[in-house]
Amino acid sequence: MTDLSYDKSLHLKELIPQSEIDEIDCWIKKYPNDRKRPPIMPALKVVQENNGNYLTTEMMQAVAEYLDVPHVAVYEVATFYSMFNLDKMGRHVLSVCTNLSCSLRGADKVVEHLQNRLNIKLGETTKDGLFSIKEVECMAACGGAPMLEVDKIYHENLTEEKIDQILSEMAAKDLPTQEDK
Amino acid sequence: MGKVNIEIDGKQLTADVGSMIIEVADEADIYIPRFCYHKKLSVAANCRMCMVDVSSLPKAVPACATPVADGMVIQTQSDRAIDAQKSVMEFLLINHPLDCPVCDQGGECELQDLSVGYGEDVSRYVEGKRVVKDKNLGPLISTDMTRCIHCTRCVRFGQEVVGIRELGATGRGEHIEIGTYIESTMDSEVSANIIDLCPVGALTAKPSRYKARAWELRESPSIAPHDCLGSNVNIHHRRGEIIRVVPRENESINEVWLSDRDRFSYQALTEGKRLLKPKIKKNGTWQETDWQTALNFAVAEMKRIIGVSKGEEFGTIVGNNSTLEESFLIQKLIRGTGCNNIDFRTRRRDFSKDQYSGVRAGFNFPLQDLDTMDATLLIAGDIRHEQPLAALRVRKSTGFGRAMAINPFDGEYNFRLYQEIQPEPHLLAQEFACVLAAAAQKQPDKINAEIKDWIEGITFTEQHAIIVDELINGEQSCILMGVYVQEHPQAEVVNWIAEQVARLTDSKWGYMTQGCNAAGNKMAGAVPNQSEFGGRATPGKNAKQMLTEGLKGYLIHNCEPDVESLWADQALANLQNAECVIALTSYEDGRVSDYSTVMLPIAGSYETSGTYVNVEGRWQSFSAAVPAPGESRPAWKVLRVLGNLLDTSGFDYESSVQIRDELKEKQENSRDKKESRKTPPELHAASEEETKRDSLGLYMVDPMVRRANALQQTSKASTHPISISRVTT
Repeated sequence: MTDLSYDKSLHLKELIPQSEIDEIDCWIKKYPNDRKRPPIMPALKVVQENNGNYLTTEMMQAVAEYLDVPHVAVYEVATFYSMFNLDKMGRHVLSVCTNLSCSLRGADKVVEHLQNRLNIKLGETTKDGLFSIKEVECMAACGGAPMLEVDKIYHENLTEEKIDQILSEMAAKDLPTQEDK
Repeated sequence: MGKVNIEIDGKQLTADVGSMIIEVADEADIYIPRFCYHKKLSVAANCRMCMVDVSSLPKAVPACATPVADGMVIQTQSDRAIDAQKSVMEFLLINHPLDCPVCDQGGECELQDLSVGYGEDVSRYVEGKRVVKDKNLGPLISTDMTRCIHCTRCVRFGQEVVGIRELGATGRGEHIEIGTYIESTMDSEVSANIIDLCPVGALTAKPSRYKARAWELRESPSIAPHDCLGSNVNIHHRRGEIIRVVPRENESINEVWLSDRDRFSYQALTEGKRLLKPKIKKNGTWQETDWQTALNFAVAEMKRIIGVSKGEEFGTIVGNNSTLEESFLIQKLIRGTGCNNIDFRTRRRDFSKDQYSGVRAGFNFPLQDLDTMDATLLIAGDIRHEQPLAALRVRKSTGFGRAMAINPFDGEYNFRLYQEIQPEPHLLAQEFACVLAAAAQKQPDKINAEIKDWIEGITFTEQHAIIVDELINGEQSCILMGVYVQEHPQAEVVNWIAEQVARLTDSKWGYMTQGCNAAGNKMAGAVPNQSEFGGRATPGKNAKQMLTEGLKGYLIHNCEPDVESLWADQALANLQNAECVIALTSYEDGRVSDYSTVMLPIAGSYETSGTYVNVEGRWQSFSAAVPAPGESRPAWKVLRVLGNLLDTSGFDYESSVQIRDELKEKQENSRDKKESRKTPPELHAASEEETKRDSLGLYMVDPMVRRANALQQTSKASTHPISISRVTT
């Protein structure tokens, strides 16, 4: 295959620190030698966290080369799972579940309210780079549907008021972080 | 394997334990609709079209993924089954565009056929259909990805059969797409098989796009002329024009596949610059003429040169892809005139065995056995690009067995090698001799004094010993020599070692040959040392001597020695300096018009009848699928007339079948001569100059492939050192 965008000089070891490589190696060891594809997910996760919450094509290629799997096998995984981001994301990612249970309990209203409040569409990031809204598949919190996840924290049984509260807490939390910079 | 009794649609059947319902039904000719299931691929069960009703189960189940069980009662036409199939069809049609009238697949589309059977007249869906951007997969495959129903046959083909995963299914649910994700072309040498696999019009053949409708085409069986397997094909043609070439199933040769080279080479016939009338060069300019004049001119020139030089100064070069009948006639004709210089082996350096006569095909075992080898040792060669479909078979065997290679060059393999040795090209025989030494040590009671002497002083390493162990321990094992071996100056030494190692390790052995009819050409006697079937003949000059020494006159049939021989530059100079070059050719472009004196238009492949003998020694005859254009004639007819005009006897054949039957009879009557050397060949170092790689590229092997436009645009064509400009200038 002629990967027209494949830059052979990019090695995973140069893209992420050694400690992260060690973590990937640790995952590789957990699977039989001839099973090369299982570590794709943990490897992508490590690389994504290291890169500010998103993956580039070059990084996916580097992962594929490192794990000795076809490039497309990594693309498939990265595009299938909603926790992998292929574009630069905002500081806070609001992941709204729109699967069956949440939809029955009004996920579309949650999405609509978020879109109105932040003035962006699903899959977009606010201009100030603070918030992104993302549609995700079931996060295993059907009991508290509708739900959304913000920075790894689940918020369940959402109402418009609750969403407003979450957003203002986020905004408030962000003021001090401006100073961090 | 145990058996179970089942019932499908009231038919009592016995089936192997573990087989799927759909396999048993197919065997019994009971039709179950399907999209994703394919007998040569793994079970995906993702299209859900093959739903059947099993009486013991509460709901319809997919026949492709449900193993049979004893006493199972299956209905494919019950209300429950039909209802499930109709529902699946409705789902598949939600997003499938209704563009059948402009779709190339229309008329031979599995989705179209099944929607007639299972679809509703009117869709209940009013929502917008999804649209998927088309992918550019290169010059061979055209895509309309909106039509894709995600059966993943193409993905599985790459992963399982070819071993090179180019396509994948990216995204999820509504957003799933088949493609390469990023812009990239498909480069595998068997990529176009996904066109046949695709059940809809998502993947269609680019060269034949919009050329014809399926129902306008007529189908004629034929044999592909580009590698020594002799893949079976069907020629689809309309009003005398070839529209496309597709594989014809033959489990023992090409299974259901076809290499891209065999599939798209037909373009040379329809789009190449064909020679349509006989032409004679007068005072440096070409003049069209009629057959009679051209043939008389050629005969006069042949008689003159052969007469003056007593046959010494005239040479005949036969193309690799000449049919058995053509090769037989041409050698009969040339020997009849008292000239003995004839050869087809323009890519051979080792003629040391020419003094021994005999005929043998490359393999002494069926091609199909490659599938089940526990150990395969590949000697040189580039199997993926030389015999793409043989490489698929070797790959199949590596699922349980082991493949090993002794290859002087960086091989591109689509399977994993267990052991790999990379000797210097000029030391190939020396390296292989170490394997023989290792084999001799492991099997001391099988060796004779001769071999003992021969391997005296040859040392081997642990790696050689491992290779020998694999060959001995494998229940089935073989040694396979690539085309490069036959081009090596020590070809006969390598062949001899292979034979000995095979004997000692109880393996099979075989060598691959250039072109599609090397075995047939040899049987027909198109070699300087023997006539048909090892018959006695006065020795003449071989191809190397003819092309490098320079003769006054040449007869070249269906080949371009200035491109495809090992001595291309010398051949060109000698052809240009010759007094007369008679060219039997289908094409008038290239340098043939530069050096030849008279050009006789002959029918191309698929336009003539004949027989090819493949690497196993299998005779495959075919008749013309389409008529030859203009005034070109089948070569066997041209040779017949030439034979009569040259006053040689025995040229009154009425048909090519008559020639074949005569040859068949001769074969049966000839003693089964085995090519065997009485004394072992000498092992001496070959020169580095003579062993440097000069193999013809994948899409350079013969005049036809070199003129196939789409193939020449692929990335595989451009990677070769001999560029196409050498032909077109």
